Amino acid sequence: MFDTNKSLALTDEVLMSIEKPVRYIGNEINSVMKSPEDKVRFAMCFPDVYEIGMSHLGMKIIYDMMNRREDVWCERVFSPWVDLDEVMRKENIPLFALESQDPVFMFDFLAITIQYEMCYTNILQILDLSQIGIYAKDRREDAPIVIGGGPCTYNPEPLAPFFDLFYIGEGETVYYDLIDLYTEHKKAGGSRKEFLRKAAQIPGMYVPSLYETTYNEDGTVASMEPLYPEVPKTIMKQVQMDLTNTYYPDKPLVPYIKVTQDRCVLEIQRGCTRGCRFCQAGMIYRPLRERGLDMLEDMADKMLAATGNDEISLSSLSSSDFRRLPELCNFLIDNYRKKNINIALPSLRIDAFSLDVMSKVQDVRKSSLTFAPEAGTQRMRDVINKGLTEEVILHGAEEAFKGGWNKVKLYFMMGLPTETEEDMKGIAHLCEKVAMNYYKLDSEYRHGRVSVGASCSFFVPKPFTPFQWASMCEEEEYTRRAHLVNDEFKAQHNRRSLSFKYHDAKTTVLEGILARGDRKIADVIYSAYQKGCIYDAWTEYFHYDRWMEAMEENGLDYHFYTTRERSLDEIFPWDFIDIGVTKNFLKREWNNAMAEKVTPNCREKCSGCGANRFGGGVCYESKNQMDENRCS
Amino acid sequence: MKARIKWTKTGVLKFIGHLDVQRYFHKAMMRAQLPVSFSKGMSPHQIMSFAAPLGIGMTSEGEYVDITFDWCYSSEEMLSRMNAVMNEGIEVLEFKQIDEKEKNCMAVTAAADYLVTFRQGYYYTDAFLKRTEPFYFQEQIPIVKKTKRSEKKVDIGPMILDIHEEGEAIFMKLVTGSAENLKPQLVMEAFCNYLGYDYNPHGFQYHRLETYLKKDGELLPLGAVGHDVTKEIKNK
Repeated sequence: MFDTNKSLALTDEVLMSIEKPVRYIGNEINSVMKSPEDKVRFAMCFPDVYEIGMSHLGMKIIYDMMNRREDVWCERVFSPWVDLDEVMRKENIPLFALESQDPVFMFDFLAITIQYEMCYTNILQILDLSQIGIYAKDRREDAPIVIGGGPCTYNPEPLAPFFDLFYIGEGETVYYDLIDLYTEHKKAGGSRKEFLRKAAQIPGMYVPSLYETTYNEDGTVASMEPLYPEVPKTIMKQVQMDLTNTYYPDKPLVPYIKVTQDRCVLEIQRGCTRGCRFCQAGMIYRPLRERGLDMLEDMADKMLAATGNDEISLSSLSSSDFRRLPELCNFLIDNYRKKNINIALPSLRIDAFSLDVMSKVQDVRKSSLTFAPEAGTQRMRDVINKGLTEEVILHGAEEAFKGGWNKVKLYFMMGLPTETEEDMKGIAHLCEKVAMNYYKLDSEYRHGRVSVGASCSFFVPKPFTPFQWASMCEEEEYTRRAHLVNDEFKAQHNRRSLSFKYHDAKTTVLEGILARGDRKIADVIYSAYQKGCIYDAWTEYFHYDRWMEAMEENGLDYHFYTTRERSLDEIFPWDFIDIGVTKNFLKREWNNAMAEKVTPNCREKCSGCGANRFGGGVCYESKNQMDENRCS
Repeated sequence: MKARIKWTKTGVLKFIGHLDVQRYFHKAMMRAQLPVSFSKGMSPHQIMSFAAPLGIGMTSEGEYVDITFDWCYSSEEMLSRMNAVMNEGIEVLEFKQIDEKEKNCMAVTAAADYLVTFRQGYYYTDAFLKRTEPFYFQEQIPIVKKTKRSEKKVDIGPMILDIHEEGEAIFMKLVTGSAENLKPQLVMEAFCNYLGYDYNPHGFQYHRLETYLKKDGELLPLGAVGHDVTKEIKNK
């Protein structure tokens, strides 16, 4: 009655000697328990600590979707924190899934969502602790099939040797087909290799071991060819076109500990029409697809009832572009404010409408407003195609100040292509103007000092963006630029109302290497892991020097991946993936950027990116409705 | 109306800390859609007060929380609605109405009963069971109490209200509360010292049996000042 619950993978002694044992005991409200007999056992892993992984919507969608099938039991796996990692290695405890507490090596599938580059060594940690072989070639016949998914798989090559399979695109479309194929194959007694060859024929499935890459003398890719005739040369990204009649987690799990996103999340749409040239999400999630209002209202109700959460948040790349936003906001306010449920509205453009809505849902005096101008001058914003003008920002800020806000946050990037000293200093100047706007107001609108906080990251070029051809800077150059901006802030009249923070330059360089890396980088990741690198996304555990040693030991020069100039006809390691948006469009956009030429939002004019071939998106809709706006 | 609710914390939920238990109850009340009263102001919160926090790793069948409701069903109905949304390990046992003027359970907690069991492979259990009485009847039971700043030697004897062996376990009644508080772990540490053993925190499993308040010099379970609700109480 009082003693150890024998159903846990870890003993009381272990659990009592580590931080936050709740991370490892499962048993949360709405976690799904099944009997393991005759089930396809599917481990869904987020390779970071519990609190981060449990906040991720994509994982919740897959968990819900998989467990809807009676013949599948989907369970969760997260990275053990460094304290438990040490114990597991010392005591040879295999990594386990939270629901059954069974070792991952017993599972049929281990699916890992890959959300950011800095989790790559954590993936190796997962494979290692699961005792299933880090390299796919070393995996035994009965080991789980290791699948990768998520945004980083749009360049899977740096991770290719570690995975059996990558699922390129959105999880809602062909996962069931993969499970069916597996069940059938297993019944027939087929081998692991045979399964992977069959799986490669399902659209969107990329089996890296079935391809061979050759390189030019300069190290760039010469060709990438499938090893067998039936294996497709190009992998088509998977898109869930109807986001209304599809899976959505209406009973999300309720963690005991406070996780990063401790609220219900309502994804209102996928994709974005804005075409910012640095933004990978803006390209890979094209075309734009909105969910139906009825479905969203229904989901909001069900999720809140099933979790008891006291907050619900909208999620999308640009919520202001959702056409039914006013109705949805009214629904949420009318139904939930009286029940003391908070409504969080991130990614809203600051305008009269959003200020009105936000004043209804939050404490104006305590909350801050966020702008994302991304660059300090109009010239730079034209290069990146961020259609936000200084006038709009200043006007929005002024309206916000009149509405009672006096805290403003602005997000910027440094190290963007063609950035000049004027562009850098422009960051400080724009913030100064925002502050000035506040002090110019009549005293009735002013409540103490204004706080204008600028947060700066360094730009990392990503695959499948118009900036995939861009060169990066050296670490020292990033730091120099940051200092220059910082000095400019210090020289402003209202400097005491301004603050300036910037990201770590070393992390930026490594992110750059991994984001546009090729298969050769895999051994570097392995070496870094062997040197003890895990949790690279956590500054206190990030060891840049070990990574640089790993690069050198594998005979690679990091400049090849970062500062090198790429020619427009270079074959990129990720070119075998087709995201709908064509390479020609990206090239056009790169050239437009260099010419400081703005490309309009998809709603204004179709620029022919290619994504309408999925049979949707705003250009496709208007073409079908009116057949007027020609859309090539 | 103000309710005093008795609940248990067993099984794997013993690893959940006090703050997380509070969040758990907030969400459970929302899931059960019970009419909890909220505080006024810009950020309203549920009016809820917990008795003595239970350390991580400890189990209990005698936890209490006071919750204020705008209105409520009968005790029986409230218990069944709450238990319908609870996880295995947390079960509500009693739902009693207490006087509005009654101080909250955290303020009135005066003592608690514990049962300490021995985990296999750590100690020779009989050494403890046979010497509980002599341990208790020492003139002083000294222990070094460590705080963040200092270490001081204290006599915990007066805070042990009772201690005796009970089958293969040790029962103890200890002073508990926000003014004065003695943890059972500290008693076992002193006991180990007394026997000449090193104290190993993994050697024991601690289970709380009941939490008490003091009324007219007598210790009563926290729920004793309340009474069952027999029929629905309407909103005023």
